[in-house]
Amino acid sequence: MDWGALQDILGGVNKHSTSIGKIWLTVLFIFRIMILVVAAERVWGDEQQDFVCNTLQPGCKNVCYDHFFPISHIRLWALQLIFVSTPALLVAMHVAYRRHEKKRRFRNGEKIDIEELKTEKFHIRGPLWWTYTGSIFFRIVFEAVFMYVFYYMYDGYQMPRLVKCDAWPCPNTVDCFVSRPTEKTTFTIFMLAVSAICMMLNLAELCYLVIKICMKDSRKTTVLK
Amino acid sequence: MSWGFLRDLLSGVNKYSTGIGRIWVAVVFMFRLLVYIVAAENIWKYEHDEFECNTKQPGCENVCFDHFFPVSHIRLWALQLIMVSTPSLLVVFHVAYRENREKHRNQKLYKSPGQIDGGLLCTYLVSIILKTGFEVVFLVLFYKLYNGFKVPRLVTCDIRPCPNTVDCYISKPTEKMIFLYLLVATSCLCILLNLSELSYLIFKYSIKCYLKRYIKKHQGLKSNCHKSNIICDNRQAAAGHFHHSSLSLSLNIQDECGKSSLLP
Repeated sequence: MDWGALQDILGGVNKHSTSIGKIWLTVLFIFRIMILVVAAERVWGDEQQDFVCNTLQPGCKNVCYDHFFPISHIRLWALQLIFVSTPALLVAMHVAYRRHEKKRRFRNGEKIDIEELKTEKFHIRGPLWWTYTGSIFFRIVFEAVFMYVFYYMYDGYQMPRLVKCDAWPCPNTVDCFVSRPTEKTTFTIFMLAVSAICMMLNLAELCYLVIKICMKDSRKTTVLK
Repeated sequence: MSWGFLRDLLSGVNKYSTGIGRIWVAVVFMFRLLVYIVAAENIWKYEHDEFECNTKQPGCENVCFDHFFPVSHIRLWALQLIMVSTPSLLVVFHVAYRENREKHRNQKLYKSPGQIDGGLLCTYLVSIILKTGFEVVFLVLFYKLYNGFKVPRLVTCDIRPCPNTVDCYISKPTEKMIFLYLLVATSCLCILLNLSELSYLIFKYSIKCYLKRYIKKHQGLKSNCHKSNIICDNRQAAAGHFHHSSLSLSLNIQDECGKSSLLP
């Protein structure tokens, strides 16, 4: 079980998404998950091993590393990607529920084409519109929360070359050197930029859905008149 | 989930590519992606561990490594592969949009949604231009970051906390250099393939456009000739004694028609 499982789950949601939703999904897979797996994980791979402190005191390096990196960037990104993908499951569940309802009606004697039921694409209307819009709203909230958590935890988005540590059992203020700080800063900024792009896409999709439903309502009222 | 995703993506794009486009996909798979996965990744795997400086000062190696390799070659290579493959998605999206439109209107709007014509041709050309742009940008980035494509055996470093100017040794410099040159060569080959595909498409579709316009013009002229022949015959019948002038008139028109049919 790995990121491929997420791809299978979200691939099903893709059918019922808007065009902007499909672009968002592509950006998520190519510029976030793929970059995380093939590049970022290697950069952070040796982070503790190559975290070097200017002391021979046993335990000092461990304590300092833990103090400055309570949770690694890589783990935070993995969590962010999972949380941001999860609202799409709401849509998948809603669609599954509607299919189940149709199957139930078929069993009760109503005439429904089974083949059509399997491949039917549900339009984003009615209750599904609320579920879909809600999922986009939660996505935006999760993205913003994680961006803030990154900023708060690491005092900005830059990885320092040198950190000074005086936690026990370090004998005094000790210089500790982070491995590959420039490369890590580059990837942090890259992932931040792509998060921002994903947020913009979600906002655009939200506006599009709201405008669409307003225009539909106004058309209905003019027809009724 | 890793490079397999990119491989599936490119295989999907292959369907809508021209012949040169398929050669490009093959070059990217065999000479770039496969070389990266089976060889290059292992060469750069322990680059940090095997980077050794002639000092026992803690932190000096870290700082010197960071100074000389701000972004590792292998990461730039991976980013280049991803960015260069992504513009092909534009074509996939456009084809999906066309298929969607046909489904919505329940009528055949295009000869085949994947055929390169009209708007899809523009999208395809834009994707080729973007691919070429990304290749050039990454080559320039490599050149600027590492002062060329050479990997030195020894670098000298005097950044704090190194106590003085310290000698640092890079691991496997020759092997890294060979693979870098391979990367540059395959990038240049891909740029050439993209440029030839671009010229081929522009040339092919301009000729098509020109021929269409010429045929329309020619057909328009032929129908004019046919009309004027009828008019001349009518005049002949009506006037009678204006035989010579109308004959010369019809001859003139016939000459023009003859000229236009001789033109290639």
